[in-house]
Amino acid sequence: MKAIVSVKRAVDYNVRIQVKPDGSGVVTEGVKHSMNPFDEIAMEEAVRLKEKGKITEIIAVTIGGAKNEETLRTALAFGATRAIHVKDDGGIEPLTAARALAAIFKKEGAQLLIAGKQAIDDDANQTGQMVAGLLDIAQATFAGKVDIEGNKATVVREVDAGLETLEVDLPAVITADLRLNEPRYLKLPDIMKAKRIAIEATTLAELGVTAAPPVKTLKTTPPPSRSKGVMVKTVDELVAALKAKGLA
Amino acid sequence: MSKILVIAEHADGKLNAGVAKVLAAATQIGGEVDIAVFAVDGAAVAAQAAKLAGVAKVLTINNAVNDHPLAATLAPQIAELAGKGYTHVLFPGTTFGKDVAPRTAAKLGVPQISDVMAVHSATSFDRPVYAGNAIVTVEAPAGTLVATVRLASFNAVAETGSAAVEAATVAGAAPAHTRFVKLEAQKSARPDLQSAAKVVSGGRALGSSENFKVIFDFADKIGAGVGASRAAVDSGYVPNDMQVGQTGKIIAPSLYFAIGISGAIQHLAGIKDAKVIVAINKDADAPIFEVADIGLVGDLFTVVPELQSKM
Ligand SMILES: Cc1cc2nc3c(=O)[nH]c(=O)nc-3n(C[C@H](O)[C@H](O)[C@H](O)COP(=O)(O)OP(=O)(O)OC[C@H]3O[C@@H](n4cnc5c(N)ncnc54)[C@H](O)[C@@H]3O)c2cc1C
Repeated sequence: MKAIVSVKRAVDYNVRIQVKPDGSGVVTEGVKHSMNPFDEIAMEEAVRLKEKGKITEIIAVTIGGAKNEETLRTALAFGATRAIHVKDDGGIEPLTAARALAAIFKKEGAQLLIAGKQAIDDDANQTGQMVAGLLDIAQATFAGKVDIEGNKATVVREVDAGLETLEVDLPAVITADLRLNEPRYLKLPDIMKAKRIAIEATTLAELGVTAAPPVKTLKTTPPPSRSKGVMVKTVDELVAALKAKGLA
Repeated sequence: MSKILVIAEHADGKLNAGVAKVLAAATQIGGEVDIAVFAVDGAAVAAQAAKLAGVAKVLTINNAVNDHPLAATLAPQIAELAGKGYTHVLFPGTTFGKDVAPRTAAKLGVPQISDVMAVHSATSFDRPVYAGNAIVTVEAPAGTLVATVRLASFNAVAETGSAAVEAATVAGAAPAHTRFVKLEAQKSARPDLQSAAKVVSGGRALGSSENFKVIFDFADKIGAGVGASRAAVDSGYVPNDMQVGQTGKIIAPSLYFAIGISGAIQHLAGIKDAKVIVAINKDADAPIFEVADIGLVGDLFTVVPELQSKM
């Protein structure tokens, strides 16, 4: 059984983002990038399912410019068996990414797409659900636990009210939440080995995918800053400060 | 003129409090606003929705397949309903909305705008990116506009309306591939985290679920909801539905206590709209003090009980 894992290169989660003074975007040049943390969790889950013999092949897919190749290398070091790079230099809408993933899913006859629930750059939280909608297959988002038995997956989802359990028949889309697993630490030999695996290149056109109409970004601004607060030394001072604000 | 469809999230016959905030966003877009209630029998929820100010009509789509809010069941029905002349389809930015909206957008073949935090026009909005460390102003392309609304950015509309309730029919079929098994909901007598005026959150510093009692006791004394950092949830001190932050709940209380929480950007993303942030941390250099309105350096295990006795 084949699984596809979608992976995205994003500004590292430890970076403090700076908005460009001219409002044209955020500074990404010279800033550390890594695989989106939720995609690492998705990759880890796929590798564990393969180790348990539930799936036989893991195809990592990324959509974007040349630099995204490094993210595919990371996926291969995790244990992806193949890597597909959909080369595109435009701004990729989630719907466009979803169309490309759906096309590859069908072409490969995959049974499972594991995606991160959101990317920590655009925070959209859309792509996995869109793939499921385009293919009319089951979706189980925000997964905290996944069990696969035959062609059925039982997924515990992290929802606002608590934990929801769904049973879905494959093919299906699962999106990974934080507590699904803790991704492994990549070992140097695996990173070296990953460098020797050929990456398969394709394009949206080759996949027969048309780009979605773009949502245009008119400007980027920093969030309103909070005014500097006060430090108090004792609990009594804290209570007094709250009283002064009418909060105690 | 815009014709807006707001999707009512509900559970156990109760309308989700977020829907009144989605209405606020819809009202700012302007035009005619309808609310759709998908349920087995949506009468009780529709009656609550009909009271929200600014609603033209409430549509009930009663169907046995709607017994659980599954994206695979709802998205095709919503897409069909949207096709009846609606320009916008709005969802609350909850796990429900985030699950169903993109599937609906895919069915309609349109992009989605996630987490609308300000409305400039019927097609232009602000939304946060990079855990709220940048705000983008976007312009949606032509076509039905599907969006989720960031609830912390809008105040609920008043319950002064009396909209008409009408039945609507769309083809609805339960997909054979998805089965609801169970929901383990955390029942709590405390104020709901997402609508509480005061919230007390604890972090990794609490060290155990037993120690978290310090946070619960203080919260109960001041009538606050209780939240937590990811580290506290990951460590198993408290359940997942209490996580505040970029990937947990985004909240906007008047008063927020961050206790034994370092202030990682992912946590701060969830509390940017809090009016007053109080931080209690034993490390004077903790980043939480950079955003706190009132900060106190000290050991939470002595500070919090003392604070509890004095408030
Ligand atoms: C993709 C991604 C998404 C994330 N999403 C979220 C999210 O939604 N929400 C979230 O919270 N985090 C999130 N995180 C995690 C985040 O980066 C931090 O790791 C987390 O917030 C840290 O939690 P903490 O502050 O409780 O723990 P720590 O950072 O370990 O801080 C504990 C603090 O307690 C203080 N302390 C210790 N003992 C005491 C004492 N006795 N008295 C007083 N103070 C004491 C310490 O000085 C320290 O500042 C995310 C991370 C990633 C990568």
